[in-house]
Amino acid sequence: MYSVGIDVGSVAAKAVIFDGKNIIAKKITPTGWSPKESGQQLFEEIIEVNDIKRQEIKSIVGTGYGRISLPFLDQKVTEITCHGKGAYFLDASIRTVIDIGGQDSKVISLDSKGNVIDFLMNDKCAAGTGKFLQVMAHALEIEVGELSTIAQGVEAQTISSMCTVFAESEIISLMAEGASKESIAAGLLQSVCSKAYTLASKVGVKEKVFFSGGVSKNPLLKDLLSKKLHTEVISSEFSQYLGAIGAAVIGYKK
Amino acid sequence: MRPELMTEIEGLRGVNSVKIKEAHEAGKKVVGMYCVFSPQEIALAADAISVTLCGTSNDPIEEAEKELPRNLCPLIKSSYGFAITDKCPYFYFSDVLLAETTCDGKKKMYELMSKLKPMHIMNLPQTAQGEEALTLWKKEMVYFKEFLEKEFDVEITEDKLKEAIQLMNRERIAMRRLHQLNAHKPAPITGMDMMLAQWLKGFNVDKEAGIDLIERFIVEVEDRMEKGIYAFDENAPRILLTGCPIGLGSEKALRILEESGASVVALENCTGYKGLDVLVDEEKDPIEALAEKYLSTPCSCMTNNNGRLDLIERLVKEYQVDGVVDLTWQACHTYNIESFTVKNFVRDELDLPFLQLETDYSDSDVGQIKVRVEAFLEGIKS
Ligand code: SF4
Ligand code: SF4
Repeated sequence: MYSVGIDVGSVAAKAVIFDGKNIIAKKITPTGWSPKESGQQLFEEIIEVNDIKRQEIKSIVGTGYGRISLPFLDQKVTEITCHGKGAYFLDASIRTVIDIGGQDSKVISLDSKGNVIDFLMNDKCAAGTGKFLQVMAHALEIEVGELSTIAQGVEAQTISSMCTVFAESEIISLMAEGASKESIAAGLLQSVCSKAYTLASKVGVKEKVFFSGGVSKNPLLKDLLSKKLHTEVISSEFSQYLGAIGAAVIGYKK
Repeated sequence: MRPELMTEIEGLRGVNSVKIKEAHEAGKKVVGMYCVFSPQEIALAADAISVTLCGTSNDPIEEAEKELPRNLCPLIKSSYGFAITDKCPYFYFSDVLLAETTCDGKKKMYELMSKLKPMHIMNLPQTAQGEEALTLWKKEMVYFKEFLEKEFDVEITEDKLKEAIQLMNRERIAMRRLHQLNAHKPAPITGMDMMLAQWLKGFNVDKEAGIDLIERFIVEVEDRMEKGIYAFDENAPRILLTGCPIGLGSEKALRILEESGASVVALENCTGYKGLDVLVDEEKDPIEALAEKYLSTPCSCMTNNNGRLDLIERLVKEYQVDGVVDLTWQACHTYNIESFTVKNFVRDELDLPFLQLETDYSDSDVGQIKVRVEAFLEGIKS
């Protein structure tokens, strides 16, 4: 028997299949304009590619902001609980999860059983999220993924605006003043790092720290966070799938 | 199914807005008040009607922001917005206003508001501790009494005060009994209905009729309890809601909590239990007794405010609470800063999960708040 976890975020939809022991498949697609359609399609594709029949699935659990719109779920669980369970499954010694996604950033504190003891989320604004980096990369005329490559080893330019709109104009004027793209990119990552740091400090950071969400694909940011938090921050190939993994684990236990 | 009398309770606002017009036309005086520190008894003893004017609706905020900073507590903006737009019949028919020096935002807003209607300001001490604070507050009671006597050309006698004290105590006792029904597990009344019943009492033109309605409501609910009709099932997480005042239009957090499956059993805030906890001593000199009662309000404007923690602790035990939610309006510094103290107290001393929600009256963050609330409740259930 299997369980399927689906995490429909603002930018990407992720799905995993769990057999009670291992994550045997994972798949990611852009969410696009319809969380409902992308979630549905993702589910159908992942079970088809892995040759799994509907009767073999004991439970489908959804998470992420798009979970509300998926009609075929057996259960809906918030991304916070799912991230906790997902982290515990990957490594039971994780006590803090820093998750930076498309429009949310959150810090979750776990006990030794993977239960959430505390969490904080960013408020209404997009400062410090994937969206922030995306808009800024656009202003720099580069791809989001390039931010960390070009910023490597460069002295950071200070970006003082936290607000996405103001930061964008700040960047444009910095460029006009002759600041290099590289130093601006480094400054942007610094700014995301310090936002995550503030959130994390409020919750209280305990080892081990795991970095998840789309933004965790950025290796430089991971290093910056490690330095700022004075502890090693880890991530893995499953970082983006943490919510989906947690959902699948919850679904299997049901 | 909701208790039947809830329809009548909900109708109070409309009924009272007609009644206040009639009373005004018949020459009765109206005192508009904003805060739980306001001694309604003195207004009643002056033969006037007292109404609560705290703004709980998002609608007038846009107008208010033309004159007030955007980054201000929505309660203050809403109160001021109602004052300048003539959209609140209670403000419109108020002959005088009673303000009080609680938080900075309110204090300074009142300066602007005082240009619209005759206003009396009661100067609260910063702390409720010590003889001096009480002496000062006693004097403020006298000043307010003298203000009304002059303004309305009446004499507020000791007998009148005593009568008003008895009436208000009866109202508090009725409200308290209502609130305490939810100490039962499972709770017979939703937090939403409880909030409505408690909040609407602030608009009662006829106090006696209001008390009577609440007493009938209690009978109806007790009857339902006997029949085993409850608002939630046994397993619903029981939540204590504390923090800034809420009312109709600013009930977002309470609504989301209950829509997500929680049973909000205790409302520790000003629109809930806070003002009901202590009665006015009927044996003492009325002014002294009033000063003591109102000064004992555990509001975050006081420093320090340990009374709030004591009250939370008591309610948590009496109401078999599973988690505490602290609501803070954006830019409310006193409650916002105090939230850290409350969090540590709830987690460390009471060993309960705690969640702070900081928001305003708009709907722009409903999705986010839902996620937080649901995650919080998932944590309680697991
Ligand atoms: S919270 Fe404090 S300032 Fe606000 S109404 Fe209550 S007592 Fe007054
Ligand atoms: S909620 Fe806070 S800021 Fe607003 S009026 Fe009350 S004490 Fe002042």
